[in-house]
Amino acid sequence: MNLKNQSSTIKSIILLSFSLILMSACSKQKTQITQAGITFCSEGSPASFNPQLDTSSTTADASSHQVYDRLLEFNTENGEIEPGLASSWLVSNDSLTYTFQLRKGVSFHDTSYFTPTRNFNADDVVFSIDRWRVNSHPYHDISGGSYPYFQSLGLKSTIKNVDRINGYRVEISLYKPDSSFLANLATDFSVILSAEYAINLLEKGSPSNLDVLPIGTGPYKFVSYRKDQFIRYQRHHDYFLNTTGPENLVFDITPKSSLRVAKLITGECDAVAFPSQNDLEIIREREDLTLLEKPGLNVGFWAFNTSKPPFDNPKVRRALALAIDKTSLLETVYLGQATRAKSLVPSASWAHQSNMQDIGYNPVIARKLLDEAGISSGFTMNIWAMPVQRAYNPNAMKMAQLMSTYLAEVGVTVNIVSYDWTRFRENLTAGMHDSVLIGWSADNGDPDNFYRPLLTCAAIPSGTNRARWCNPEYDDLIESALKTEDSNARRIFYHRANQIIFREIPLVPIAHAFQYQAVNNQIEGITINPFGGIRFDDVVRKQ
Amino acid sequence: MNNLLLRYINLMVVTITILIIISFSLGYLFPGDTLTNISGIVPQSEEQRIALEAAFKLDRSIFVQFWYYLDNLVSGDWGVSFSSQVSLIDEISIAFPATLELITYALLISIFIGIPIGFIGGIWHHKPFDFGAVTFSVVSYSFPVFWLALIFITIFCLQLGYLPLSGRVNFLYDIPHNSGFILWDILVADSPNKKDAFADALRHLILPTASIALVTTAIFIRFTRRSIMDEMQKGYIDAAKSRGFTTKQIFFKHGLRNSLLPIIPLMALQISTLMTNAMVVETIFSWPGIGNWLIQAIYQRDYPAIRIGMLVVSIFVVTFTISIEFISRAFDPARDKFERGTV
Repeated sequence: MNLKNQSSTIKSIILLSFSLILMSACSKQKTQITQAGITFCSEGSPASFNPQLDTSSTTADASSHQVYDRLLEFNTENGEIEPGLASSWLVSNDSLTYTFQLRKGVSFHDTSYFTPTRNFNADDVVFSIDRWRVNSHPYHDISGGSYPYFQSLGLKSTIKNVDRINGYRVEISLYKPDSSFLANLATDFSVILSAEYAINLLEKGSPSNLDVLPIGTGPYKFVSYRKDQFIRYQRHHDYFLNTTGPENLVFDITPKSSLRVAKLITGECDAVAFPSQNDLEIIREREDLTLLEKPGLNVGFWAFNTSKPPFDNPKVRRALALAIDKTSLLETVYLGQATRAKSLVPSASWAHQSNMQDIGYNPVIARKLLDEAGISSGFTMNIWAMPVQRAYNPNAMKMAQLMSTYLAEVGVTVNIVSYDWTRFRENLTAGMHDSVLIGWSADNGDPDNFYRPLLTCAAIPSGTNRARWCNPEYDDLIESALKTEDSNARRIFYHRANQIIFREIPLVPIAHAFQYQAVNNQIEGITINPFGGIRFDDVVRKQ
Repeated sequence: MNNLLLRYINLMVVTITILIIISFSLGYLFPGDTLTNISGIVPQSEEQRIALEAAFKLDRSIFVQFWYYLDNLVSGDWGVSFSSQVSLIDEISIAFPATLELITYALLISIFIGIPIGFIGGIWHHKPFDFGAVTFSVVSYSFPVFWLALIFITIFCLQLGYLPLSGRVNFLYDIPHNSGFILWDILVADSPNKKDAFADALRHLILPTASIALVTTAIFIRFTRRSIMDEMQKGYIDAAKSRGFTTKQIFFKHGLRNSLLPIIPLMALQISTLMTNAMVVETIFSWPGIGNWLIQAIYQRDYPAIRIGMLVVSIFVVTFTISIEFISRAFDPARDKFERGTV
């Protein structure tokens, strides 16, 4: 070989490698496999594949609506309870006995690690509930024995018994009426496991696999999982509902939110969880991406410490509420990513009252009311601003600063107070504040999840009633609402409670923040589920 | 020859022993419970603690412990990861080949691009092509690898959207783990979508490989060029010239061989640079290799994983380097031992 030949060989090698690179680079179009599958970039690794064991939304996202079903489901549009694995249900007149008629012909997943021999029936319901309810249950202590969601609601002491009436009928009896009981059965955490699989595992001596290699009735079968890498699912072809979901579903676990958005741009993800506020503009500007937004089940508010004068005077509270301009707070603090709150419950809940009156911005009346209450110009109060970011209040410090300029206009001087998060909450519970900027996120669509913890007398010692406001009339309404089954009747109770809040103003509701999800335009059918985990059962890729 | 072999084996054994001693003592030096640091398991009860201590011989003298540590290392019983509770040897046997694959391709690219360019530059030195080659090597050698990787991502992934920015292959292709080399695994996989998967894996490989290959290519260009220039100025080349041989003849008969021999071990020694760069690039491209895995272990304070990961990487580099040294010495007895270490 001579030198000339050699250099031409080199040239051809270089050319070849470049053409290889170009060739593969240009093949961006979807192949058969990528066409038939959907990749969701999630924000973290699930703790297990059983949402009963964990309240984190990451775990619920990865398992609740993919692998499992519940007896009841929330309608993601209006929050009404709909049939799930229970095709119908009956509540006794004393509201103490619930009878569920179960769906027939619902098959469990047939996977490489378990082949079911029977369809879903009453045994599975009894097993799933008794697992967390009965301390002596053989599965109670498997995987840690802690069931935080059910514990936080005290459901163990609400449920008296879970009985199998026949193969497709289950009766649950309670100690006391609880109108949020059905809603609790529809949350992400109330999944139905396979009793047959559990027995099978117990015989094999590996019961903890129940929560690691899940078997459910849901639209997707679990295939494989590698921590911090991926979760693979395959479509459950015998799913009892007619769904249009993809053949393969992959959760690409990407903890960095900027990387998730970058992957969405390059097409490596079809949808991403929790895009950060900074990236929202980038997503909106791109024509190939869609930003889904929906008011979340949360509320950010300004609560007055009603146990402290002069904040025990409703007139003072009303004056202070009138002095601030909520619209500008929404624009500057939430960057427009929230809806104005008029009451505690956002529009995603069925109890939302759309015709609710709102407190406007009127500094003149505010000053007048303050004078009537004997508060002279130069009065000093403090606003506690929570030190952490939450969807319902992304920047409490900034909000407090803005509010202090508004309050200065009516002659009120503001000191802004903040501690580290743990001490902040301790001191709040001790009632050391004048007023506080904080909020609340609910886990289910039931309005009791807002009204009870935020403003009832019993919630003062547990620390969730930041206004330290106790009103027997309000408490009666909330209690009666819980004992009422009919949601229309309940709604009336809650609307009356809204009136009391409007009259007394223990707190000023500020905003219901949006929930976000970013999706590639080729994907259709992904909606934000305000009541919990993401769902892929009706997702399709446009051809 | 035997003497030489013995010397190198001795060097290797001593170095590796020191590394093992360091990793063993890390179990004690890391904050927290020694038992947890070594086994990766947090004992839930007193009985379990006693059982674990007995299994890891923590109740015995430090020398017995060390002996069992060695025994466990050799038998592949490396404990479990603190954060995932998966056996460390399994995790490493998935992560390490991914890094090796990246390094191999980068090395191949550097050899096939760097050596020819270096040759041409060396033979016609101080000609336009040579200036171009030298400029290219200085520039690309000066790029920090992580910066280059980020620039690649900005241009090729985010702006142009040609290439993916993370991972080895789209997760929708379920490639069974076989050798750990993704391209090979795809080829042997029994899947109807092989072709697509292969193209997809190639697309994932381009940017990470290019980012680390660029620096190594620059080094190889300079090595080769220098070596050729030195060789072609030697007396025997002039002597051959005076006998009437053409440059072509002299170069292919003597120059090529003689200038290649000394640089091959130098190139092999670049493995440690490649390894370091690969570990940096992995974290940027979310490549599931050992570098990325170790960074995650550090974030999560997964001491058992850090301990074993560090040991595996360093034993790999040490073994590779010493073996190359030995081979090059064995095949080039003319090399004076004092020349070792000239880079």
